[in-house]
Amino acid sequence: MRDSSPRRSPSGVTRVLCAVAAAALTATACGTDGGAEPADERGELHVFAAASLTDVFDDIAADFEEDHPGVDVVFNFAGSSELAAQINAGAPADVFAAANTSTMDQVVGGEGLDADWAAENGEDGAVFATNTLRIAVPPDNPAGIEDFDDLTGDDVSVALCAEEVPCGAATVTAMEASGVAITPVTYEEDVRAVLTKVELGEVDAGLVYATDVIAAGDRVTGIEFPEADEAVNDYPIGVLANTSDAGLAAEWVELVRSETGAQVLAAAGFGTT
Amino acid sequence: MPWILVLPALVGVAFLVLPFAGLLIRAPWSTMGARVTEPDVLAALWLSLSTATTATLVSLAFGVPLAWLLARAEFPGRRLVRAVVTVPLVIPPVVGGVALLLVLGRNGLLGQYLDAWFGITIPFTPVAVVLAQVFVAMPFLVISVEGALRGADRRYEEAAATLGASRVTVFTRVTLPQVLPGIGAGAVLCWARALGEFGATITFAGNFPGTTQTMPLAVYMAMQRDPEAAIVLSLVLLLVSLAVLVTLRERWVNA
Repeated sequence: MRDSSPRRSPSGVTRVLCAVAAAALTATACGTDGGAEPADERGELHVFAAASLTDVFDDIAADFEEDHPGVDVVFNFAGSSELAAQINAGAPADVFAAANTSTMDQVVGGEGLDADWAAENGEDGAVFATNTLRIAVPPDNPAGIEDFDDLTGDDVSVALCAEEVPCGAATVTAMEASGVAITPVTYEEDVRAVLTKVELGEVDAGLVYATDVIAAGDRVTGIEFPEADEAVNDYPIGVLANTSDAGLAAEWVELVRSETGAQVLAAAGFGTT
Repeated sequence: MPWILVLPALVGVAFLVLPFAGLLIRAPWSTMGARVTEPDVLAALWLSLSTATTATLVSLAFGVPLAWLLARAEFPGRRLVRAVVTVPLVIPPVVGGVALLLVLGRNGLLGQYLDAWFGITIPFTPVAVVLAQVFVAMPFLVISVEGALRGADRRYEEAAATLGASRVTVFTRVTLPQVLPGIGAGAVLCWARALGEFGATITFAGNFPGTTQTMPLAVYMAMQRDPEAAIVLSLVLLLVSLAVLVTLRERWVNA
């Protein structure tokens, strides 16, 4: 379900094709930058990012590559804890953007962040976005859900994330903070599975993230609830210690945290700081 | 001993056994007893054993006649039916779970009428667990039994028929006893596959302790938080299923 393979933006593909063509024909003018040279290691920026950032980062990468001709942003999107494990195992990554602070902490305590960048921007990474829980209901809202309390009704079927995964942990935090105890019909293995159950109308409601509600379009309706403020998920980003180009990596982080980045994030449903 | 057979066989055994050895080595033996007797674990184990057994009985009831039809009856589209029967073997179980939801879910093709007319909803119940298991496991039974039927000597059936036995009598008194080992082997495969079922179950039946959380689901959830607990649960499931399979094999397959 998750795509953990590195993704290339179109310009990257073009570059690779150029290199291949150049190798095959030994001498060919390919583009204006003298494409006979193979793809430059330093021209690639390796960004490891939480799967929920896929669309947003693809958008931002288009901007970044426009401003940095010859630079190719290569993504590895997967679950944050999987990425943290890969980074700590020495995967070649320049930037890590996690879906929660605990996975960033794993990297900070492991492979570590770039010392200069961390001194300036924060030892535990910089929070660039937040994600908040929403109640998702099918468009016809069969159980007439209006607020968090409605989810405790006896004849209301609710899908929650299992406590073991981040969205489930956030759900528990929100329930404990508000004293609202929901008994679901199922504890799903991830937030997408909750969303699927709601989309298919198998449950009357589910707790998912604001970004999931937006991504689902008109297949579900999202309901904001004040209790969610108790369980906001922070997304930290940081330049990694084993980056091959700290300057370029810092520029990427800057763009993500800029006004431009914030607009893209907000459009996808993230809160920005 | 023909080494050309023995060597690859040894490699095959090593490949299948080594992961199991890995589990045994990494298992936290000191806390094993306490972990195994937790109520949640026992509930999941009981649910797994009872649903897998029910699923096997259901598969026998429908699968054996289906295998007979595929092996013995001539009808148009038989090859198509055989291909369709094996579809659950190829599609990812999660997709099977979604398909079951689309048919038997609260808004599914049939499920909406079950809900509207009888007030029955199947997802998130143990019934859904059994149905998910039957969906993925029955093809194993059907294929085994069909193979046994094709391999059986039809002259016995013909002899019985010429002696005046009806077709049902031929089936129950001649065909069935002949292919019993095949049915036994198929049922064991079917039970084992049902016991390990994960994808279709979590998608169609959901995951709730005591109701729909079977052992494979409990293992997956434990993996997210406490890999050691996941190893313990896996070992319990492995040992229980091995014990059952070994006992049954003695009784059934060699019968």
